Amino acid sequence: MLDRIVITGVGLTAPNGNNLAEFRQALLEGRGGIQNYEIRYFGKTHAGICDYVATKYQTKKEIRRGTRAGSIAIYCSHEAVNDAGIDWENVDKDRVGVYIGITEHGNVETENEVYNISQYGYDTSVWTHHHNPRTVANNPAGEVTLNMKISGPHYTIGAACAAGNASLIQGAQMLQLGECDLALAGGVSESIHTFGIFAAFHNQGALASNEDPLKASRPLDKNRNGIVISEGGCMYTLERLPDALARGAKIYGEIVGHCNNSDATDFVLPNPERQAQCVQKALASAGLKPQDINIVNLHATGTHSGDAQECAGLRKVFVDCPNTYFNATKGFIGHAMGAAGALELAGNLPAFEDGLCHACLNIDELDEECALPNLVIDAPRPIGDVKYILNTSFGMLGINSVVIVKKYEE
Amino acid sequence: MTKQEIREAVLDILSDIAPDEDLSELKDDVSFREQMELDSMDFLDIVMELRRRYKVNIPEEEYTALGSMSSTVEYLAPKMAEL
Repeated sequence: MLDRIVITGVGLTAPNGNNLAEFRQALLEGRGGIQNYEIRYFGKTHAGICDYVATKYQTKKEIRRGTRAGSIAIYCSHEAVNDAGIDWENVDKDRVGVYIGITEHGNVETENEVYNISQYGYDTSVWTHHHNPRTVANNPAGEVTLNMKISGPHYTIGAACAAGNASLIQGAQMLQLGECDLALAGGVSESIHTFGIFAAFHNQGALASNEDPLKASRPLDKNRNGIVISEGGCMYTLERLPDALARGAKIYGEIVGHCNNSDATDFVLPNPERQAQCVQKALASAGLKPQDINIVNLHATGTHSGDAQECAGLRKVFVDCPNTYFNATKGFIGHAMGAAGALELAGNLPAFEDGLCHACLNIDELDEECALPNLVIDAPRPIGDVKYILNTSFGMLGINSVVIVKKYEE
Repeated sequence: MTKQEIREAVLDILSDIAPDEDLSELKDDVSFREQMELDSMDFLDIVMELRRRYKVNIPEEEYTALGSMSSTVEYLAPKMAEL
């Protein structure tokens, strides 16, 4: 019998909040955080930008040396540990594992450096010696260990936009294997600082634009026209249930089911059948039926075909589910890439306490192809006792990841 | 550049590399490392910034000249005199 794994702390930064209480409040009040934004070479666009105070947990030198992803990861990790009420001074740092989901890493730093040497006639003798430690794929997780003096395992989980969920699964499994006693798991994104991601989505016809930046990210709306890219992060403290109980921890919920699978069909196009299978396998792993789920958080990025296909897949799974409600978070915060799954789950966790399913944002006219029964469109809905939340995240190269969290019960 | 100007230039670089440090009372004849938290990557930053800003190239075997402010200024004076 595997150990039960519980969430005991949440630390986050999103374009509309720098902790769970602020974030949840914004989601309930319908406050988005997308702004106009301009980036080198690409020009004007929109983005979700975070305004957490980096110097709360880092020296200026650490910030200068490291990466934005590392800084976000450090902020969220400290906040999660504080939120969990963990006596950090007396934690055995050798028994802490750090598992951070990323969509991509190194693009920002590489683009910056190419730009820098372009100012010197492309003379590589002025290419920074900080390039390698900034761009190694473990960077954000490694920066957390340096900052927090953690000597247990650390690495990132590269899983495109499914990375936030995938890292939660990784953290839970490492606890079950006994590889660590406390897992810091979640996801981060610094993607708004690379022009390449904007240009690539734009050239693929998948980058959103709108006269009003707050209206630009509009998943499931008939007039959606693509993705708004955001930065952000969300880290959780995960513990084995007996350890959490022994220290009298507040328990946000229990990770009771999960699945990672692959489409094996296309570099960018989603596969609704495989997405649905991922959901079904996660339900099976938890011993649940679709009817048991109270809230399903959609991945819904705001692309025309992606949203429609995702909804088509989910409609086939959630048949005759009168107590299952659906919401999507990206209308508020855009697509926080590697952080998306972790952040979007966090936005729903308080539903275990308040029984509210937060709404979507910017669905002025629901696309019929995205219609789902009990889709919460324009105002938070009281839905009674919430026992199960199912969180979906899907990414390029056909990577799907689903996590099911249960309200804690003895 | 005069020695005073070179000192200012080095101080400017140091303030970028070590933004948490108070450099107002830096003692020129005491090594940087005794007064500041500087590691090998920081020293490489000093070398890099001198190259970027002033096109001064410092061979690796001469890095030891950058131990303190006074030794750095002495070392750089002939290289930066014409700037």
